[in-house]
Amino acid sequence: MIELQHLSKRFGGRKVEPVQALDDLSLSVPAGSLYGLLGPNGAGKTTALRILCTLLAPDAGQVQVAGVDALAEPRKVRRLLGYVAQDVAIDKILSGRELLHLQADLHHMPAADRLARTAELIELLAMEAWIDRRCGSYSGGMRRRLDLAAGLLHRPRVLVLDEPTVGLDIESRATIWQVLQQLRDQGTTVLLSSHYLEEVDALADRLAIIDGGRVIAEGTPAALKGALGGDRVTLRVREFSDEQEASRVRDLLQACRGVRQVVVNRAQGYSLNLVVEDSGVVETLRHQLAEAQLPVFALAQSRPSLDDVYLQATGRTLSDAELSVAGRRDLKEERKQSMR
Amino acid sequence: MTSASPSLAPIPSASTEPSAFAEISQETLALTRRLFVQLARRPSTLVAGVLQPLIWLVLFGALFANAPEGLLPGGISYGRFLGAGVIVFTAFSAALNAGLPVMFDREFGFLNRLLVAPLRSRSSIVFASVLYITSLSLVQSLAIMATAALLGYGWPGGAGLLLVLVTLLLLVFAVTALSLGLAFALPGHIELIAVIFVANLPLLFASTALAPISFMPPWLGWLAALNPLTFAIEPIRAAYAGSFRLTDVVLVAPYGSLNAATCLAILAGLAAGLFLLIRPMLDRKLT
Repeated sequence: MIELQHLSKRFGGRKVEPVQALDDLSLSVPAGSLYGLLGPNGAGKTTALRILCTLLAPDAGQVQVAGVDALAEPRKVRRLLGYVAQDVAIDKILSGRELLHLQADLHHMPAADRLARTAELIELLAMEAWIDRRCGSYSGGMRRRLDLAAGLLHRPRVLVLDEPTVGLDIESRATIWQVLQQLRDQGTTVLLSSHYLEEVDALADRLAIIDGGRVIAEGTPAALKGALGGDRVTLRVREFSDEQEASRVRDLLQACRGVRQVVVNRAQGYSLNLVVEDSGVVETLRHQLAEAQLPVFALAQSRPSLDDVYLQATGRTLSDAELSVAGRRDLKEERKQSMR
Repeated sequence: MTSASPSLAPIPSASTEPSAFAEISQETLALTRRLFVQLARRPSTLVAGVLQPLIWLVLFGALFANAPEGLLPGGISYGRFLGAGVIVFTAFSAALNAGLPVMFDREFGFLNRLLVAPLRSRSSIVFASVLYITSLSLVQSLAIMATAALLGYGWPGGAGLLLVLVTLLLLVFAVTALSLGLAFALPGHIELIAVIFVANLPLLFASTALAPISFMPPWLGWLAALNPLTFAIEPIRAAYAGSFRLTDVVLVAPYGSLNAATCLAILAGLAAGLFLLIRPMLDRKLT
């Protein structure tokens, strides 16, 4: 349904160090699926979605939605798409209902359909209580629900959401998750970006992990996690260890049978991430550490998660990646580009 | 929350496209309605917009009330002379500010909502602003004309009123297009306000709003005779003087005499030119 091919986009230039937001990104979203785009802040998710929604032109690459070339026929694609942006832009003076009516007119809906459809969505997203109040008084969750309604108004075949649940209360998040699943079940293709692992894990049929403007892993959540194999263990011998001690422990662990991929995680006080083949190995580890007179401050064991998929592909966890990316983005330039 | 609402199912896009006119009118009306709802709920701009020109009219009229008889061409009183200038300047200022709401929409991200919608033509954004500003200008102009009449400065009459309307429409269209173009071209509202600030008063003083060309040194006379405001002021002033024929000479410029029809044609040309100039800016990013 959605085909992004070899997209590249660079921000900045003359005055500031350019940032390669997208670097040969390719993505294929099957029709009728709920597709997740997972990656740290600054990975290029928003840029990719803005290009898909015809708000931004790529430097290179192709975009197709339902076989329509978005660069050649942007208006046709706009008809097919509903877009729920990250920064919810609403008119504070209008009421929610007036905003939906405005949106309906911009999609050329007939008057009767406009009223019926607005009423439907107000009920679906549980907005009756406040829809006639001015948007300026809405909470973040209300705004996001209103924006989702605006994106769904014209019954799009593809719904694109950029970080739809960031900073939302639990009730609004549950409502939005439920609506997205219903949409998918009834045939709408849903593409959402998120930097919440559990969101993508819980919702998405398929996902792509994006880092540095390119896709580094793609598949169903189960397949991605399954491919890693084994259990994840995080070990700390002390709350704050040092490099020397960490490498000593690492050598010891690497000598154990059934242990692989021992990684020292500096960002988390020199803790150690490793993969064990089964739970028995963990017991053996404990014995060995005790014999070497190394304390165990914390030891956590878990099934592989999407974060492990990310760690495996990039050598860092998602939250570490967000911190490192934060420093090299030029938000001013991005904002300028996003302000049309 | 309903569990199996059919409303969520996507629909195939319609095979036949409705007429461009129907779609553009629907978009334009919806966008215009938004501007009027905003005005109704925040009427301070309207109140200030009506009061300000009245203050201009009363103060400037009083300032030159004791000007010697026969000073102005045709021997009219200064108040009568001033009315046309204040009407045009008021409409001009309002139109010059038309870009501001669009700039704020851009900065707050609301414009993206419009741009991601399948607008038949992004010119609808321009049309909506023009409709809104023109209506506002008409209300202001009527208030000015009524006040001017009360002050004894005369009334243009039915045909004159029509001429006022047409002239204002052309001027407002041209200046709104310019302002919207700036709203898309400049980086932010600070820069836009700076440009408005720099353009506003000099264009007033370098026009025939406050004094006729015959009062001006030659260089200023030339500027005034090339200033678009002058081409709007003079036909309206002529209407106030009782001349409604388009062939009547209304402006005696250093380069020759112009009749009302020529002035209006120049304004129309300017409006069309500026509109064509900003069109590509609206579609700049894609297409």
